[in-house]
Amino acid sequence: MQTAASLNLDGEQPGGQVGGATEGPKLVVAPKPDAGAAAASTSSQLTDTPVRRIAAWLRSALPKVLTTMLSLGLFVAFWYFATKYKWDFYIRFTNIPSPGEVLDNAAQLMHSDKFYNNMYVSLRRIMIGFGVATVLGVALGLLIGQYRVAKAMLFPVFETLRPIPAIAWVPMAIMLWPSNETSIVFITFLGSFFPILLNTIHGVNSVDPVLLRAARCLGATEFGLLRQVVLPAALPHIFTGLAIGMGVAWVSLIAAEMISGQYGIGYFTWEAYSLIEYADIVIGMIVIGVLGLLCSGGIRLLGTALMPWMAGSTQGGQK
Amino acid sequence: MMSQSADQAKATGHIVVDHLRVRFGHNAAMVEAVSDVSMEVKPGEFVSIIGPSGCGKSTLLNVVAGFVKPSAGRVTMDGKHTDRPSADRGMVFQQYSLFPWLTVRKNVEFGLKQKGLDANHREEAARTLLGLAGLLAFENHYPDQLSGGMKQRVGIVRALATSPRVLLMDEPFGALDAQTRVVMQQILTNMWQRFRISVLFITHDIDESIFLSDRIYVMTARPGRIKAEIPISLVRPRTPDMALSPEYLRIKQQLRDLITEESLKAMGGELKDSGLAGFGMEVGPQGVAELI
Ligand SMILES: Nc1ncnc2c1ncn2[C@@H]1O[C@H](COP(=O)(O)OP(=O)(O)O)[C@@H](O)[C@H]1O
Ligand SMILES: [Mg+2]
Repeated sequence: MQTAASLNLDGEQPGGQVGGATEGPKLVVAPKPDAGAAAASTSSQLTDTPVRRIAAWLRSALPKVLTTMLSLGLFVAFWYFATKYKWDFYIRFTNIPSPGEVLDNAAQLMHSDKFYNNMYVSLRRIMIGFGVATVLGVALGLLIGQYRVAKAMLFPVFETLRPIPAIAWVPMAIMLWPSNETSIVFITFLGSFFPILLNTIHGVNSVDPVLLRAARCLGATEFGLLRQVVLPAALPHIFTGLAIGMGVAWVSLIAAEMISGQYGIGYFTWEAYSLIEYADIVIGMIVIGVLGLLCSGGIRLLGTALMPWMAGSTQGGQK
Repeated sequence: MMSQSADQAKATGHIVVDHLRVRFGHNAAMVEAVSDVSMEVKPGEFVSIIGPSGCGKSTLLNVVAGFVKPSAGRVTMDGKHTDRPSADRGMVFQQYSLFPWLTVRKNVEFGLKQKGLDANHREEAARTLLGLAGLLAFENHYPDQLSGGMKQRVGIVRALATSPRVLLMDEPFGALDAQTRVVMQQILTNMWQRFRISVLFITHDIDESIFLSDRIYVMTARPGRIKAEIPISLVRPRTPDMALSPEYLRIKQQLRDLITEESLKAMGGELKDSGLAGFGMEVGPQGVAELI
């Protein structure tokens, strides 16, 4: 743990020293993209050989790796024995596939175009639904947050619709939209729209007023203010909304696919149940989890890339 | 380009405040913040306003900046109403007001970008100004990585970048420690002499106002009025040793008396409001002094 932290510091020193040269600024983590690369060659070559670094890393990371593996191993072992002996104590393991069966089916599905197509269809629905929700949620959030007229006209409608879970819209969506596909995308959109909208509004409302006044004194027009001050100032909150919205989008998508879908990973999982392909249910669940994780990771990466000034504060987060 | 805009600035930046009155709220809840203030900043002049807190200094500055509408009277710069904010009146705030998502250089470029200047010219102008302020080494830093004094220096540079005719400063060094503040005063004086623009500077620090100003207006407790106008004829460049000269000490004594009188009045009002007067005590300026 400690060694990992000191390695990190080594990497950041060169960036900080540029600043320290003339008048000491606070030595906050320097977000210079080239700092890390430069560090590898220059910093403390005498004491830190690559081998030592790896050894140090292993020593610090090993306990965590071991406990993680132990935890997961126990879980799989429980699963294995519960299915092997068909445990039945209120919770029934009689029909549950064993880890081995799941692995076998997974090996087969790796070669199935149909399976990849299901993944592709789900991802496409997420991209469209979440994409539209991002554009609309951020745009409307900026307007509602910044202009009283927009808030008066739009907010009551959204406040009325917001408590209705996206899934409750399924029958309505099927009637509203011309195809099953569009109604599933609509459900996905609905799920992510409200978190994005509300967090954007919150972000706009928490913009420091002195920044707006400073921008006005520097000649910013109304639109310039919105695009060059309000939007970037609200960006951290917007990304909170995007992270939550992505999670809800997946929840809504899977439910919609199970109810009314053709294709998609949620449909695949439900269909596996109907076809008594129980091992495929587990595979569907795992894939849904992994895809959701990847999407959330993508949002986080995008956030880091778009908000380089936040580098210091986000790195200080929980460990 | 630099000297051209400096010459232009020299001839303008004439602020005239004419019988200004500002009230907030209505009826019973009405507060008169500024009451019948007349004053001016001549082209190229450095003018300070000093007065007890809550006397309407910021309100007065905000009317000049174009953020607050006068209830009566008028404020003009070079004959034009200051009815909305504009880049020809640069402003420096007490709170740090740099855009945290922009690097130091991009902060300085902000005003030039609003003017439609292309990226190359923006960068060139920003780097020149940052160089003058000794900040070039930090052009790619984000504001969070700077000390308080450096942030305010960048704030001044950013306000100067659009070649405003006047710089409006609302207690810009109020949050800084004493040493940094003295350095900042020196830097501000240098920048002001180089750009020769008008400055309207608000402070509650007597030494600061004497060190910086050509003229000082002392305001009364709320509702703010001009109580006195003190010209400072100390030669420039001014040095820290001047603080021991008889002339300096005379001005300082005079200002301190004026301000103490007003501060006591302001406190007397507060004590009255808080119900002390209800005990049959006559709480005037003298009364408060005795109480303390
Ligand atoms: N927007 C406003 N609405 C109501 N009252 C205000 C507003 N702005 C300032 N005031 C009041 O006007 C008075 C003068 O405030 P201000 O100009 O900020 O004083 P100073 O800067 O001298 O400390 C204060 O009593 C303050 O409460
Ligand atoms: Mg004030």
